[in-house]
Amino acid sequence: MSTPLDTDAKLSTYAHPEKLVTTQWLAQHLGEPGLVVVECDEDVLLWDTGHVPGSVKVDWHTELNDEVTRDYVDGEGFARLMSAKGISREDTVVLYGDKNNWWAAYALWVFTLFGHPDVRLLDGGRAKWIAEGRQISTDAPQRPATDYPVVERQDAAIRAFKEDVLAHVAAGDGRLVDVRSPQEYSGERTHMPDYPEEGTVRGGHIPGADSVPWARAAAEDGTFKSREELEAIYSGEKGLSPDDDVIAYCRIGERSSHTWFVLSQLLGFGKVRNYDGSWTEWGNAVRVPIVKGTEKGSLR
Amino acid sequence: MAEIVQDFQALPERERLQLLLEFSQGLRPLPAEFEGHLEKMERVDECQSPVFINVEVDADRAVHLHVSAPAEAPTTRGFAGVLQEGLDGLPAQEVLELPADVCHRLGLERAVSPLRMRGMTGMLARVKRQVRVATAA
Repeated sequence: MSTPLDTDAKLSTYAHPEKLVTTQWLAQHLGEPGLVVVECDEDVLLWDTGHVPGSVKVDWHTELNDEVTRDYVDGEGFARLMSAKGISREDTVVLYGDKNNWWAAYALWVFTLFGHPDVRLLDGGRAKWIAEGRQISTDAPQRPATDYPVVERQDAAIRAFKEDVLAHVAAGDGRLVDVRSPQEYSGERTHMPDYPEEGTVRGGHIPGADSVPWARAAAEDGTFKSREELEAIYSGEKGLSPDDDVIAYCRIGERSSHTWFVLSQLLGFGKVRNYDGSWTEWGNAVRVPIVKGTEKGSLR
Repeated sequence: MAEIVQDFQALPERERLQLLLEFSQGLRPLPAEFEGHLEKMERVDECQSPVFINVEVDADRAVHLHVSAPAEAPTTRGFAGVLQEGLDGLPAQEVLELPADVCHRLGLERAVSPLRMRGMTGMLARVKRQVRVATAA
């Protein structure tokens, strides 16, 4: 049994309104059977300082990633994780987190790799919930272990690897969206402003990529901008069409998960892949072309 | 500082994070002269959140550390708390002689990721630089 959908007027304008819930909806439905709230943050201690009552914590770094392969956990690993968190395959999962839901969007994307049937994002994330003075708790929920099935991860539809991006660039008819800051795009920096410089050998962007910093999709309060505003940016300004084959990337794939969500779930683009290797892989890879400066460039 | 390192090392990994959380909660409020005057402090660019430090070396050449770190960044606050308690009252010379990898000896890399550990190492490097400047006169 699935938890009722949020019929909020703003959400109903998006291509997949069933992928989002408002803070008000969550406050109303909290504690209902079949609904599991999951917090996924950049800061690993944030959940411990207080969270949406009953929510469980998923650590993207130590729990969604495989420790040695620089890959996500496999079907068995995901089933183990879900069982331990008390999440069943039939549950509605609502994800939220810090930093405008970067990691929550990333977790949602990973849940999607395993085809979890009902997974939604809390519009506005942790910051909005707290700004509205809603209840938070430091109690750790006791959720009995579940029997989550082993489901094989399906990467092809929504995940791009370096080889896919190389082919995409060489073919010249696909589109690329670089969601990092303008300084990272031009190569002036290898990490976003205010963050330490990373050990990437080269700074710049993938040939042909349009620069659309992820934050342009977010409103002041961390919620997603309206469908109209989003269309003005991605379709109006950048000329992207819902039929395009689009690959989004950033530095390690978390900010581009946010943009993947915008393009595929809110605007209804049919083929959007997240290149999670992103700049940390591309900027260090041997014999891989880059473009420096503010021009898009191309291989053709 | 050595005692704090031992305390962390004595715990299993999951509990090390709990200890870091306690240090985060124990970070002292800023002295009045810095409250609302972050421009008088030094920004730690290596941290993923806006963190500012100021080091005071008193008449007995003992070190005192003041840190501003946001509540929504408890990991960073925890690092700051460890350094504040670990260094407080130590002679300047001892702070300068702390090994560069002391932050890594807390055994938190796996739990909090190497990138975040660089933030703490950056904080210590800036503390040492301020101690050096303060004691050079």
